[in-house]
Amino acid sequence: MAAQQLPSSPPTASEPAADGLCVDGLNAWYGQAQILHGVGLNVGPGEIVALLGRNGAGKTTTLRAIMGLVRRSARQLGFRGADIGPMPPFAIARRGLGYVPEDRRIFTDLTVDENLETGRQPPRPGAPQWTPERLFELFPNLGRMRDRPGGAMSGGEQQMLAIARTLMGNPHMVLLDEPAEGLAPRIVEDMAAALLALKREGLSLLVAEQNLNFARLLADRAHVLAGGESRFSGTMAELDADPDARDALLAV
Amino acid sequence: MSFWIAQFLTGLASAASLFLVASGLSIIFGVTRVVNFAHGAFYMVGAYVAWSLTERLSGAFGWWGGVLLAAAAVAALGALAEILVLRRIYQAPELFQLLATFGLTLVAADLVVMLWGPDELVGRRAPGFTGSIALFDQMIPAWDLFLIALGPVALGLLWLLFNRTRFGVLVRAATQDREMAAALGVNEKWLFTGVFALGVFLAALAGALQLPRESVNHHMDLRIIVDAFVVVVIGGLGSITGAFVAALLVAQLNAFGILLFPKISLVIIFLVMAAVLAVRPWGLLGRPDVAQRPPAATSARPWRPLGGAGRLAMAALVLAAAALPFVSGDYLVIAATETLIFAILAVSLHVLLSVAGVASFGHAAFFGLGAYGVALAVKGLGLGMGAALALAPLVGLVGAGLFALAAARLSGVYLAMLTLAFAQILWSIAFQWVEVTGGDNGVLGLWPAGFAAQPAGFYWLTLGLAVLVIGVSRVIMFSPFGYGLRGARDEARRAASIGVSPGLMRWCAFAIAGTGAAVAGALFAFLKGSVFPDTLAIPVSVDSLVMVLLGGVQTTLGPLAGAVAYKALSIWLLSQTQWSKLALGLVILAVVLAFPRGLVGVVNQWRDRWLTQRRPGHGEPP
Repeated sequence: MAAQQLPSSPPTASEPAADGLCVDGLNAWYGQAQILHGVGLNVGPGEIVALLGRNGAGKTTTLRAIMGLVRRSARQLGFRGADIGPMPPFAIARRGLGYVPEDRRIFTDLTVDENLETGRQPPRPGAPQWTPERLFELFPNLGRMRDRPGGAMSGGEQQMLAIARTLMGNPHMVLLDEPAEGLAPRIVEDMAAALLALKREGLSLLVAEQNLNFARLLADRAHVLAGGESRFSGTMAELDADPDARDALLAV
Repeated sequence: MSFWIAQFLTGLASAASLFLVASGLSIIFGVTRVVNFAHGAFYMVGAYVAWSLTERLSGAFGWWGGVLLAAAAVAALGALAEILVLRRIYQAPELFQLLATFGLTLVAADLVVMLWGPDELVGRRAPGFTGSIALFDQMIPAWDLFLIALGPVALGLLWLLFNRTRFGVLVRAATQDREMAAALGVNEKWLFTGVFALGVFLAALAGALQLPRESVNHHMDLRIIVDAFVVVVIGGLGSITGAFVAALLVAQLNAFGILLFPKISLVIIFLVMAAVLAVRPWGLLGRPDVAQRPPAATSARPWRPLGGAGRLAMAALVLAAAALPFVSGDYLVIAATETLIFAILAVSLHVLLSVAGVASFGHAAFFGLGAYGVALAVKGLGLGMGAALALAPLVGLVGAGLFALAAARLSGVYLAMLTLAFAQILWSIAFQWVEVTGGDNGVLGLWPAGFAAQPAGFYWLTLGLAVLVIGVSRVIMFSPFGYGLRGARDEARRAASIGVSPGLMRWCAFAIAGTGAAVAGALFAFLKGSVFPDTLAIPVSVDSLVMVLLGGVQTTLGPLAGAVAYKALSIWLLSQTQWSKLALGLVILAVVLAFPRGLVGVVNQWRDRWLTQRRPGHGEPP
């Protein structure tokens, strides 16, 4: 079997940490309770990687821990050659690592334009650059409601806005938490198309997902979590061939 | 008629400075969630600094330059205070920052007297606005007309700042969701500092602009802070427009209340505030508060009743306390009695604040009810000490029960402010209903009888009641009912779904806390031999809050330690130095910075760390 088994594996291939995300031995806590136990994963430049697992497996916590939004420790937490372990969340975001949370967390009092403004960062060499106009090409719906407050939008529109807001920071990579959750099937297809368009721009994505079919539409590779630990890492084809990993994913 | 118009214009002019102070308070709370008690102090310091600068700088430009320079200088001081103090304690339990800003207030209060002297200072008038203008047969000061125009202009400028600048958009975003703003690359630290400096600038500017209207004195801080709190709450926390409307309302109530309802002039603002909150629990233009953090008292460290060793230590402590009169003079015994009384008060507030998770800025209400309950029982009903001590807590129970019913819809800071309003209403009644309460002269001649007539006897009585109240509060804390209180505190909805009514739990907490506080108030009345409206005043509420926070709001023994440390320290400092506020403020700031979990909290932390070190292999979060 060709799939790497984690935890233990150091990053293979041509040092992805130098231009991607490399996580090893990641622990995280809520209060006194330890949620993650040595999670490891890596995302190379221009890749879409799915972070799979059942409800409560630790997907959301992994993304939040990478961003520094929960207490964590790690053997390695590297992003584009820098150690982001000691950094506060804003500094991590300013290195070009974007984050779109599961519950979207749109600023409901702010208009679409103002929401986009909150995410704006200076252009970043080597990363795709975004303006509101370019984002409205990607998400045409948003362009028709620039002055609407975030609180008066549908779930799908809020999800588009949440992604667009993060893209305004011109990130190299985005951590995306369940982008398809709670969306109508037709919108889910639009979302998948938009994410693939982002990949073509050169953006890398780490997508936490429960829905294996949605992940299959997008991802090059997958990491599987269960009980706050890494269970599998490999290509989608290898995932299909691995009975243990599939067991970890099957819904209860 | 023209007199009324003149009064109306005076009210409008007062509204402008009230609006500046209140909007600053509101902005700071919205973003940082800090209830900035020091806001009145910054207002006062702004006035003092402006006085000095306008005395030195000459010419028309000099006066205006002095005012703006003063506001900017005080804003820089505010930024410094934020960086040195508040920035270190944003992670501490909510309300803990209140303790820090209270310390700043104490420091400022003594510093202005030290630097500018105790006497009132009269400042120079604004060049170009020295005269009066005849309007409707009345002479209106030109400066008042300037202030009337300034109000809407300031509102407009603030609107532009928050809606048309990147800074403003980021502030509004962070007000709603700080964590998300940080994940988008917004540096919270400097945003908070900027917001704090902006709020302080507005307060200091308001203080400086008062120069032509009134003399500068060292009572300005407390006088404005209560009105500003009321304005912020009536208008709705975080709403600038709401603050503007509420400032107009409050200023007009101040201007006309004294004319129309002289009997209840002091209470009218608080009645209006209570009425507004009854109809709109989040103020006129406010929105439901989204709790960004768990309640102050939620702690990852589980509470446990004392074990055998702890109980022995407590018993030894009580015995040692009981032996005090044998080894010391009357002065120390009386000081210890007062300390014990405040320990009872702090423990009663702890039931409300820590066990039930309900913040109160008006705990003096129940303390004062107990004290006036004694006055009523002794002077009105002719009862003896024992009967009075039995009756007075019931007065506190009834008062707290009624208040909790009326406040059933409120929560969070709004509820805390309504408790303040309740205390202020009672204070005003005690102050203005002279026929019954004696007003400012108080009720005299309430001496303890029999064995308690001597300081030692009364000390033992107080010690006995303190042991009783504290014991009962601990039994409650660790009873199934106490679990219900804490469950409703941490997860109201889940508690409700298993049959624990959060509303009922909160009502019970108020009833218990009110009764306990009234016991303290009743003892205080007999200790002093008299009752004055002071027992209902804000300093008592603030002191009780400070004691609980100082001891550690997340702990069970915190209020006891906090009360003893704070009261003993303040009594001692008062006897040692004329700058006792300064010293006390510095001590509080030092404690806040060194022990952000309070005195008992830090002891617990040390013990936990020691215990985990003895158990190798146990994972310790970073």
